[in-house]
Amino acid sequence: MPLSTSTASTRYHERDFTGELMGPERLRIACYCLAIPLLVAGCATRTDGSRVAAAPLRAMHREDTLWLERTSFGLDSASVESYRQLGRERYLERQLHPGEFALPAPIAEEITALEVSHADPSKWLADVNAQYKALNAMADGAGKEQARKALNDRGNRLAYEAIRRDLLRAVNSPAQLQEQMVWFWLNHFSVFQYKANLRWLVGDYEERAIRPHVFGHFKELVMASLQHPAMLQYLDNNQNAAGHINENYARELLELHTLGVGGGYSQRDIQELARVLTGVGVNVGETPKLKPDLQRLYLRSGAFEFNPARHDFGAKTLLGHPVTGKGFGEVEDAVSMIVSQPACARFVSRELAIYFAADNPPPALVERMSQTFMHTDGDIGAVLHSMFMSREFDAALGGKFKDPTRYVVSAIRFAYDGRPISNTRPLLNWLNGLGEAPYGRQTPDGYPLTELGWASSGQMSRRFEIARAIGAGNAGLFDREEGAAANAAGFPQLSGRLYFEAVEPFLAARTKDALNRANSQQEWNTFLLSSPEFSYE
Amino acid sequence: MTRRSLLKLGGAAVLSMGISGRLFAAPSSGARFLLVFLRGGYDSANFLVPFSSSFYYESRPNIAIAKPDPAFNTGALALDADWALAPAVRESIGSMYLQRQVAFVPFAGTEDLSRSHFETQDSIELGQPTTGSRNYRSGFLGRLSETLTGPSRPNSSIAFTDALPLAFGGGAVVPNLSLKNLGKPPFDERQARILSEMYAGHHLEAAVSNGLELRHEVAEEMAEEMNAANRNAINTKGFELEAERMARLMRDKYRIGFIDIGGWDTHVGEGAASGALASNLASLGRGLQVFSTSLGSEWSNTLVVVLSEFGRTFRENGNRGTDHGHGTVYWVLGGSISGGSIVGQQQRLVQKSLFQDRDYPVLNDYRSVLGGLFRSLWSLSPAQSSRIFEQAPPVDLKLV
Repeated sequence: MPLSTSTASTRYHERDFTGELMGPERLRIACYCLAIPLLVAGCATRTDGSRVAAAPLRAMHREDTLWLERTSFGLDSASVESYRQLGRERYLERQLHPGEFALPAPIAEEITALEVSHADPSKWLADVNAQYKALNAMADGAGKEQARKALNDRGNRLAYEAIRRDLLRAVNSPAQLQEQMVWFWLNHFSVFQYKANLRWLVGDYEERAIRPHVFGHFKELVMASLQHPAMLQYLDNNQNAAGHINENYARELLELHTLGVGGGYSQRDIQELARVLTGVGVNVGETPKLKPDLQRLYLRSGAFEFNPARHDFGAKTLLGHPVTGKGFGEVEDAVSMIVSQPACARFVSRELAIYFAADNPPPALVERMSQTFMHTDGDIGAVLHSMFMSREFDAALGGKFKDPTRYVVSAIRFAYDGRPISNTRPLLNWLNGLGEAPYGRQTPDGYPLTELGWASSGQMSRRFEIARAIGAGNAGLFDREEGAAANAAGFPQLSGRLYFEAVEPFLAARTKDALNRANSQQEWNTFLLSSPEFSYE
Repeated sequence: MTRRSLLKLGGAAVLSMGISGRLFAAPSSGARFLLVFLRGGYDSANFLVPFSSSFYYESRPNIAIAKPDPAFNTGALALDADWALAPAVRESIGSMYLQRQVAFVPFAGTEDLSRSHFETQDSIELGQPTTGSRNYRSGFLGRLSETLTGPSRPNSSIAFTDALPLAFGGGAVVPNLSLKNLGKPPFDERQARILSEMYAGHHLEAAVSNGLELRHEVAEEMAEEMNAANRNAINTKGFELEAERMARLMRDKYRIGFIDIGGWDTHVGEGAASGALASNLASLGRGLQVFSTSLGSEWSNTLVVVLSEFGRTFRENGNRGTDHGHGTVYWVLGGSISGGSIVGQQQRLVQKSLFQDRDYPVLNDYRSVLGGLFRSLWSLSPAQSSRIFEQAPPVDLKLV
């Protein structure tokens, strides 16, 4: 029975729980008993014990829940409530200006306690370089192996902390759109933790190069990633010097970051951009001694360095425009010119539309977003606004297959609905199993944004296994991170108020039929998380 | 109640998936084909060693493999006056070569000059002409599979990988499952049926039911493996174990298979007769030998091609490794091929013959080489051949 959700009384929930949801008697009783405390608690927080919600809330139609799912890492009661109170437009405005949001206190404390939250990457990089140097000088043997292991363990721990912070925020932050955008841009400007010393840097890369700019102007993102030692090492620009050209970063900057394949640049442009980028690199050691005329062009900030002695000052032509040799200013000019190309507006808009709207986004939508991009000097927030409030976006709702990160995070958000998890290892294991670990994409193209990359037969059965791991137990999500002892037992109750308000009314008959055939709550949970409705948004 | 009758009871939804037809009927006799993709660009010059080239030894002061010495049964195995096989695969691939079950195609590869792993792997798997735009939903194994079975009939292709490779893009739904770490199937018959039925009529219906069924099928096959292992006490592991499992599935159910193996990107500390590359090659060689023996009589009906996206620089680099190159050596294996030979267009290896003064040139285009093998294996018509590899006339290497 589709619910008309304009009133939220306990009564109709009772009717649904007992009346027609479950086949087997025992399950019906189990659900009934579970549901009542959930409802009371849900109402009590808002109404001081009253069982009637205080303010009249908007009904959640199918489009509302799908829209909310798309612009977040999945539904939880808090996001549904916020959407119902604010309405779509104001909800979106808040999400696009997330400054006022705060993480739940225990999560915030957890994150503050992480070593990675107090990173000084240039110091870390200097340390790790020195340690590797010392290691290489050691004689082979047990001592060397031990030192190597200690160094590796530390790198792994720091990268894991960055992942842990990332996942805790994705699951718990009320600034859900911001968290999705962090994922999107980290994937767009992808780096791989196992290259060079990147495990020491990925946390800082996310925190300082990506996160502050997710709703800003696109150029800021390009410049911030361009000046971060993680990107410079990942794509080898730290090796790029006059007379020893390394084109790797220049190529990907055009192909993957800004213009896209077929974006109107040539192999010659790649070579010219590589020359522009000479001298842009990483230094955590001594400042080089330079002649005075070069010295004034020398730049250093943290581990980032522009060394004019390594720069090619010759005249260049990029995308048909002359670039005069003047040092790092060339890089800023070149990036400005690149991001102002219509091809860049189209490419970035299309990538955003693929991730949020549809695998084959409607050309009219991409065009409108590109226009916004060009009129606003690449204002990402404005581009997103034009997408999320468009008719094409509404028309595409329900057809986007969740990539593994969206799938896993949305399942946890739905299953635990605001209850903070303490252990993120199971999430990382699932993401590994589904092939989408954070900072785990080896190639610079980032993970696929479309269903094609994630819905093979093997991946679907893997997804169902994870549905079962989440639905049939607590999967260790409440264990201590490092301890062996389990802190919690049991399994989540997915058939609660959130389910009845925002999921159940929109389930297909086949899915309801499957749920009715469940023999236990765990199995019911597993089927729900395996349903097409849970994999598509 | 048996599994089969359970499935029948599942009703029209299940039957219409064509599951039972595919799963329980072994493919009619016919050739089998396995593609082994070495991801990372393996160093073919330290596998098939051009030992008559003094330039090889000049180019690799630290990592060259010593010339074969007929006085010893160890070290490199001379295959003819110019080429020798790396010591690491002497026992496995070497002995198969002597039985004429292996041939090599040096100077093989693609037109792709990006020297980028992902770019070149993609372009090989798609198998499309390099001019014109790419269709990422059409891989050459997908086209082959469709050519052999027709779009309406259940296909019998499988990828032994976690994600479906681009090579199988397009065409019918191809099941995929890595055989590396097999657990118990997570769902029983009833649960699997309920899950499948939730997707009835959905475009993922086939993927969902194939995936769930494959897990069961593999579990049944592997129950046999465990019994066998207990009896013979053979402790296979790593790629050998995977190869044995692949053989079991391809013997009974599948005709076209794909597997990829990583770990070939030897920029640093590659090693020579022993070392990183040698141990990877040794494991690969042993695995392929296990694959051939596990197939039993069907080995004579099977063709395996081992390839990699590109070769590596002919000269060693400053880190006793090699960098991304161009031409490479493809392997062709099969129980009834006219092997024991080194085939295709060849060139003497001197500095002048290197491509861009650094790499093996490509004289044998991979599309023509594979297209020729496919044509002989399945007697394909010119129209079928050109559907699989457009604008690449098949070349007959006289192996099949």
